[in-house]
Formats: sequence, C-alpha cells, structure tokens
Amino acid sequence: MMYRTMFPRDLFAELDRLQRELQHGSDATPSIRGLARGYPAMNVGGTPNSVDIYAFVPGVDPASLDAQIEKGVLTLSGERKAETVPDKAAVHIDERFAGRFRRVVSLPDDIDANAVSAQYRDGVLHIHIPRKAAAQPRRIAIQ
Amino acid sequence: MSETKTPDAPRAEAALLPPVDVIEDAGGITLYADLPGVPKDKLHLHVDADTLTIEGEIQLDMPEGMDSSHAEVSLPRYRRVFTLSKELDSEQVAAEFNQGVLKLRIPKAAHLQPRRVEIRVA
Repeated sequence: MMYRTMFPRDLFAELDRLQRELQHGSDATPSIRGLARGYPAMNVGGTPNSVDIYAFVPGVDPASLDAQIEKGVLTLSGERKAETVPDKAAVHIDERFAGRFRRVVSLPDDIDANAVSAQYRDGVLHIHIPRKAAAQPRRIAIQ
Repeated sequence: MSETKTPDAPRAEAALLPPVDVIEDAGGITLYADLPGVPKDKLHLHVDADTLTIEGEIQLDMPEGMDSSHAEVSLPRYRRVFTLSKELDSEQVAAEFNQGVLKLRIPKAAHLQPRRVEIRVA
C-alpha cells in the first residue's frame, strides 16, 4: 500500500537521526550558501603532500562537470538532469537532487594549482592537488 | 512500496540513507537511488519475501595517511529497506548500476497488469 505510517517503527534510529539533524541545525555559523547538505556532498582531506577533495556527484556526465581553481578557491559546478517521468506515472518519492549546482571550497595557500588531477569513478569526483615542494616538510640530516 | 526499518538490523553498523526517487506507472515501479562511491561489486540487493534491501559499501582511493578535515559522507556504507506490496513481482526485479546511480525496475505481476475493458455500444 502507498501509505506511510505516522509512527516509524524503529524509534531509536529515528532518535539518532533527530539528534544528528539537531547538531547540523545548531551550527552557529552556517554557510552563506545554505545547508551543508547541498549537492554534491563533499569530503576534504589532506596529507603532507597533497589536498584531496571528493565530490559525490552520482549520475552526472563527467563532460558536464566544471572544476576550476582560481585565487586559491576551487569551484565545482555542473548540472544533473532529472529522470524522465513517463506520462500517467505517479512520483511517490522524490528526494534526489536535479538541476544546476555549484560548490566552492577554499584551498590552503601551499597548493600547486598547476599539478591538479581529477578522476571520476563510481559517481565520485576525486580532485588531487599536490602541495608545493617547498612547503613539504623536509627532514634535516644531522651529521 | 513503503519504507520500513528493520528492527533486527544490527545497529552497530551505522549506515547512510541514500536518497531515492520512486516512480510508479501502469506496468510497475522504477526506483532510482544515489549511491556514489560504491563500486559494482560492493552493491548488494536483497529481495526477501516482500522486503527489498539496498546496501552498498563506499570505497574511495585515498592517499596513504590522509587526514579527513571535512566529511559530509561520514560513514562508509549506505543502507535502505523498503517493503514491497503484493502486486509487485519480486522475482522479476531488473537492476542497472551506473556511475553511482542504481536503477531498479520492479514490474507488477502479469495477471495484475491493467487491462483495458473494451466498451461496445449496443
């Protein structure tokens, strides 16, 4: 039946989710571009040699993705097409993002913007930015 | 098709809830789910009686010793469970998985397909 119960069955999972949402919502300095849960979701990490950005952009033609680094800011934009709904079809759940998107990440100062590489696999865009050689920690040999 | 949460699922394995679209036409139901980061061999679909479970494990190629400084996808796993309704033919589920998007087609049982009733004017 196309029927949603008023009372979810797993109360603990619901409480868990509520708590997580509260934590997100109580952020004292939210981003100027709105909720952190935009599209695409992003993970950012780093090593002493590189900065790695993972953008979760499933179902997007890699050719329609645009990634740019300018003045230490990475901008990722593109468009995700909505699935075509056949005539006389009913949409019961509509949660997936469709439309144009744009996300901006500021990068640290020591990156080498000329050596960026980007790879799209399984719906994830991995942008790998090496740090400048001079900025990498160097071990000093003691004689 | 309605969503349920299995109370007996191990809660230790926390999982992300993937966003889905569910579209129903006369012939059946089409479900799209976003599962970015899941390679084909880490996607698991189970149809057990009238329960459909979508599960996937995320695998990212991370450089050694990477420290995460910001994570919106903070768990390595997706899971979502749906209850199928009786008129759906769970034997005939067809799945496609492409660039992190799962497309499932669940047809309605053949004898339950809508049939047009011819009306003749006497």
